[in-house]
Amino acid sequence: MWALRYDPEICRECPSPRCLLQCQYMEMGEEEARGEILKLSRGEDSRVLEECMTCYGCEEYCPYGNHPYFLICEMREKRGIYTAPRPITNQWINMTQMQGRALIGKVGEVVLSSCLLPSLGTMASTGEIFSQISSSMVFGAEFMCPAVHTHFAKMSVVKERLPQVLDNFRKLGVKRVICLHDECYGTFTTLAKAYGIEVPFEPVYYMDFLLEKLEELKPKITPLNITAVYQRPCSNRWIPEKQDVLRRILDLLGVRLLDRNHQGERSLCCGGILRLIGGYKLADEIQRRNIADMADTGADYCIFNCPACQETLGSRVAKAGLKPIHIIDLCKMALGEISQEEE
Amino acid sequence: MGDILGSLREIVGERWVSDRPEELWYYSRDPGVLEPHRPDYVVAPDSVEQVQKIVQLAVREKVPVVPMGNAMALTGLVIPLKGGIVVDMKRMNRILEVNERARYAVVEGGTSQGALKAYLQDHYPHLRHSLPDAPAATTIAANVALHGQGRLTQQYGFNSEMVCGLEVVLPTGEVCRIGSPSLGPYWFSRSHTLPDLSGLFLGWLGTTGIITKVGIRLYPNKKLRDLEIFVTDIPELVPEAIYRLTHLELLEDITAWFQPKPLMFKDNYHVTIYFTGDTEEELEFKRKMVWGCLQEFIDSKDGGFMGVDPLKPQLLEMPQRSVAEFADVPRGGGFEYSGPITLVEHFPKYAEKVVELARKYDLLYSGMARVISGGHAMMFAISFAFNRADRDMMERVKKAMDEATEFALQMGSIPWKPNFMEQRMILEKMDPVTRELIHRIRRLMDPHGIMNPGNWEVQ
Repeated sequence: MWALRYDPEICRECPSPRCLLQCQYMEMGEEEARGEILKLSRGEDSRVLEECMTCYGCEEYCPYGNHPYFLICEMREKRGIYTAPRPITNQWINMTQMQGRALIGKVGEVVLSSCLLPSLGTMASTGEIFSQISSSMVFGAEFMCPAVHTHFAKMSVVKERLPQVLDNFRKLGVKRVICLHDECYGTFTTLAKAYGIEVPFEPVYYMDFLLEKLEELKPKITPLNITAVYQRPCSNRWIPEKQDVLRRILDLLGVRLLDRNHQGERSLCCGGILRLIGGYKLADEIQRRNIADMADTGADYCIFNCPACQETLGSRVAKAGLKPIHIIDLCKMALGEISQEEE
Repeated sequence: MGDILGSLREIVGERWVSDRPEELWYYSRDPGVLEPHRPDYVVAPDSVEQVQKIVQLAVREKVPVVPMGNAMALTGLVIPLKGGIVVDMKRMNRILEVNERARYAVVEGGTSQGALKAYLQDHYPHLRHSLPDAPAATTIAANVALHGQGRLTQQYGFNSEMVCGLEVVLPTGEVCRIGSPSLGPYWFSRSHTLPDLSGLFLGWLGTTGIITKVGIRLYPNKKLRDLEIFVTDIPELVPEAIYRLTHLELLEDITAWFQPKPLMFKDNYHVTIYFTGDTEEELEFKRKMVWGCLQEFIDSKDGGFMGVDPLKPQLLEMPQRSVAEFADVPRGGGFEYSGPITLVEHFPKYAEKVVELARKYDLLYSGMARVISGGHAMMFAISFAFNRADRDMMERVKKAMDEATEFALQMGSIPWKPNFMEQRMILEKMDPVTRELIHRIRRLMDPHGIMNPGNWEVQ
């Protein structure tokens, strides 16, 4: 079985326990945070194991890449701690099972992966950006990164399924996989590495692909001249270095991204998973804070990166007066493929 | 025997009568598993006078009469077991009155659920009726005649309890009005404070007369609807969850269900909770009450609320199409269910029985219970999907259904819309004095034995 590459010495010698201090959901002082991370490093019980909301944030806050989040997940599973109710946990395990029903397009060396999210497949099946690649799409549990099970502290499921997913890609003979879901890219580049699991292809971040294509299509872009805020998804925490790609895309599209309190490291969960794990009161409160923070900017649009975030938060954002839109649709809008009214 | 075909043509006009085999084929069956049985004629009247004349003709000629709505009961209730005339009521589909302030509608006996829903949406958007999860073409009169349920059954009881007046053509051909319309122009009450004669027609499955008009209560149609789904893997928690939810007195509809496919539903029991509101604040208040009353199960990790956003468009449909989708899982579009009315506390035992029957007969199952009247009872649907082209599979479904009815009777339940064989099982088990009373009423109402014979017949 795959083992987490975690070094307890790094935590013990860490001068600042910012992994816990920065947490958006657990409040603790520096001394307590240091104490709790030391407990975790020694494999001891900690309030963190009971209270972590699985936002992935500590993976980003740790300056040493020592994987505190995966450690928490491992320790929870070892102790039989359920983060969400047991039937919900099992529901997610069941619904993401491979059933031999994946959809596989005409695959060459490069493949476009829409994970297990149908809306990604829909968005990437039309338009000039994807015109040369959309026919090579794959969709289904066979190609879904199993990272979602970290939310439920089921690392055994992650470690069992991830090698199968990678093997499914390997069998296709692909060299590059364009990941339309941040979670897939984050899994292939960060989670797999944390467990020493070899990835037999080059993962490509879809926003890198968008940027490259938009550069090519620059003459066709009509600047949108709109303002927007951004809902950063949890899995983007595993690839913080990619945040700049979004800004470069928005510059090309003529979208002014407005600053807000809950952005970057201080981003808040959309509330989808939080509702299952932290309950409705916490989820409602976080959503209320998040949306109020967005609305305060007076932005025209709220840009989503993850379709699950958009599904959870989209209608609520709209009620606050912001138009919800996925970044892919935003690109299409600038290319004149969909109108602002239509969107 | 006289020229029945000719007489029927004289009553309704040539276009609305048939004895052609291809049309009789259609009227000889329903979508369930019962064997078809051909009628001799099918006729579609357009008025109560025409219905009267058809019944009078049947009395004279001593031929059976089978009133038919849309033939979607699935248990063969309008299969003409002894031939005769099928009276297709669908032409009598007029919405005669909506009394907005008293919140009731009067419709003809062939009016479909969909027609009333659309009419109310267009003209009285703040009113609704209790819509069953059946195809929109099913009729209101047939639904109340078999004690159907709908979206408002959790709050207000069976749809038959929402009847506020009837007009019936008796087996003698006379027209009889029941309740307040027997005294004046208003259709606000089916009985109070009179002897409740509606009981002579509701639940009798067309064996005591043909319903030509129905007064049906309407209810407030709130602007917003929403839902939550509580999930547990412990069936014994379901009755307790329902008890707590019904205690709130806030909810539109509650259904508990389980099915092995798709995989996301495997091994769990789900309670779908619908609630309505005129404002977002009202919805949020109700949502919080729902979550709060089940918090204990969430804290113990034995139950929780699943994410419903992606499912909402489908689950908020009225009527829902998911039943039809379930029917086609094994391909061939067959679907049959037994729906005993029973206590909510019996949910775990029924759940166990469904799985046992599915295993024994190698069938795809689905179990669903709708809460009735705030938890006084539930209708538990033991459902199996089958391929119509597979005779063996249909035979297995039939056997499973018989066993399900036997089990329901052992459990002290009342089988819902029982087919003629299940009716016999019920009558056999019934208190003999009650059975005799049914027999006497039947004989008194229909001395010639022409009304939907084969149903509710005491041997």
